[in-house]
Amino acid sequence: MNRIRIERLYKIFGDAPKRAFDMLAAGSGKDAVLATTGHVVALNDVNIEVPAGSIFMIMGLSGSGKSTLARCINRLIEPSAGSILLDGENMLKANDAQLREIRRTRISMVFQHFALLPNRTVLENAEFGLKLRGVPIDVRRNKAREVLSIVGLSAWENKYPSALSGGMRQRVGLARALATDADVLIMDEAFSALDPLIRGEMQDELLRLQRVLQKTILFITHDFQEALKLGNRIAIMSDGAVVQEGTPQEIVAAPQNDYVAAFTRDIDRARVFDATAAMVEEHPLIMDTKGSLEAGGAAAPGRFVINPQGRILGVISEEGARIHVGAPLNGGALSQNFATVSASAKLIEVAGACRGNRPVAVVDDEGKYRGRVDPSQLLACIASQPATAQPKGIHP
Amino acid sequence: MFNPDDLYILPIDEWIQAAVQWTALHFRPFFTVIKWPVETLLASFEHLLQTIPFPIFVILFSLIAWRLSTRGIAFFCAVSLTFIGFIGVWQEAMTTLALIATAIVLCVIIGIPMGILCARSDRAWNITRPVLDVMQTTPSFVYLVPVVMLFGVGTVPGEVAVIVAALPPLIRFTNLGIRMVNTETVEAGLAFGATSRQLLWEIQLPLATPTILGGLNQTVLTAMVMSVIVAMIGAEGLGLVVLQGLGRLDVGRAAVGGIAIVLLAIMLDRITQSLAKASPGGRRPLTAALLRLVRSERMNLDNSGDLADSRRAAHPGS
Repeated sequence: MNRIRIERLYKIFGDAPKRAFDMLAAGSGKDAVLATTGHVVALNDVNIEVPAGSIFMIMGLSGSGKSTLARCINRLIEPSAGSILLDGENMLKANDAQLREIRRTRISMVFQHFALLPNRTVLENAEFGLKLRGVPIDVRRNKAREVLSIVGLSAWENKYPSALSGGMRQRVGLARALATDADVLIMDEAFSALDPLIRGEMQDELLRLQRVLQKTILFITHDFQEALKLGNRIAIMSDGAVVQEGTPQEIVAAPQNDYVAAFTRDIDRARVFDATAAMVEEHPLIMDTKGSLEAGGAAAPGRFVINPQGRILGVISEEGARIHVGAPLNGGALSQNFATVSASAKLIEVAGACRGNRPVAVVDDEGKYRGRVDPSQLLACIASQPATAQPKGIHP
Repeated sequence: MFNPDDLYILPIDEWIQAAVQWTALHFRPFFTVIKWPVETLLASFEHLLQTIPFPIFVILFSLIAWRLSTRGIAFFCAVSLTFIGFIGVWQEAMTTLALIATAIVLCVIIGIPMGILCARSDRAWNITRPVLDVMQTTPSFVYLVPVVMLFGVGTVPGEVAVIVAALPPLIRFTNLGIRMVNTETVEAGLAFGATSRQLLWEIQLPLATPTILGGLNQTVLTAMVMSVIVAMIGAEGLGLVVLQGLGRLDVGRAAVGGIAIVLLAIMLDRITQSLAKASPGGRRPLTAALLRLVRSERMNLDNSGDLADSRRAAHPGS
């Protein structure tokens, strides 16, 4: 289900955007519009779908329109044209009172420079959204304490922001956003102002919180590494338009143009791709309840044998290779010398499981066999040059 | 023949005379209405300050100075006030103080709302700014002309001139303070669904308070200067002492007035400046100052310990 759906969104800065629109419709570029009309095209036909409960990264360099896009979603900036559907309702149709209500209860925001109120304590900052909503003081205090304990700042509730480090201030910003129980969180370069170590900590913290909270997060960043680490999906923006959108793996595997390729070139693929990228879907041998092999090809050494429920029983040993289909397997025919990796494991973990000629099986979350890891495919995936054949499991 | 006077003289003085006379005649009720609150407030302050006995006032004033700023400034106030008392200009000093106090109250009532209006509407600011420019570039001496024409002479018209002169900085600083509030912080207010009233009271005014208090400091000092100058249109107070001294070539008397003025100005400046200074802990300065006024023990100014604690807790592993 899509929580947010953005369709044909435009933002043009200037006092008479009509002419700029006409030029865009006629196929002119952003620079031509600026030169002719003096209008800045900040967003140019943006279409995005954000699934509920996912972290959606909007990645772009400065001036690419990513912050404008974030601010259009809760209408801190008024879009020029298009529609933003929040759970199917068009945000742009909301009047002032409805918009306030949406901002108070359904969309909250975390800012790059924290935007805390220096004259209020951590607790008062955390309860800020609830105070605006008119929630009674004891209720909002309790809620604020609850979210502060989630972000690990319970001991600091009576301190002022000036007494906190950057990372802690952003935790307060996060607590303030969580306190309103809004489902959608807009995080505008939320970790960009933090030093690298603290940034990494906060990223891990966000992933940990997200596993529990399952919010729909729109995360704006200029850091591609951050986008890969946090994002379920990434939209890459350039000059106000989305140039590519997909999962981290899709984008790294098949960058659609040079702009995107420039980001992906130096990426450590072993940490982006999961095991399915290096997997071949080789059919396993199935052993029936009587202990003999069902049809499924020759019993070559190293082939996996599974039971009818899909669990791996072992691999065919040298000795087992002589057994025919339909015949019962004796004790020495199956070897337990194999490794399994989860389908969601990154290649760096998969590589660790490969040792000598030991077969490695890929299993799904329930432990069922999905395929085997092909070491040459694995190496091709990690090398930045794509393998001759597209790896399986990647569909650009 | 090259003297312009020989060619033509524009009778602008006659026109202005006629215009002011006409205005004074037809708008008399209007000016009376303006004068009334000024007169009432001034009379009350004057009565209050003249009634409080000299030693009690010195003690009260120093105590307030101590709570609002530091012990050093309080001590300075005590010494200065005693000195003013013993050089024979106590009553005049109290009159001047009443002039300033009235100006502060009325400037705050008029200036802060106007500043807020200017900050929230570009149109209001575009109209107000040139007016303020003219008001602030006009030498204070020149103010006296229209004031005398419209309000007459004496202490109350003098007070009107003081208010008019002291008002612009407060409007400017209020406007500036609100406009300077960090964009992201304002966005945070809007993003969490603040109404425009909530935005003003929860975010803009608290964060603009130090700047507004800086404007108040300017207003107080301008009022101080103007309260001396209005002696020329018959206002009482320390300015009159100086003016009389000059008129009689009594340098000693004029100097006595001058010394009292300088001491009073330093006191007011120091106290209002420390109001505007941001206090530790991030509490807004006005609240902090008022809290200090009512709390019996001094606020703990040392926050460095807290900061060290926070660093440690941020990196428990290190």
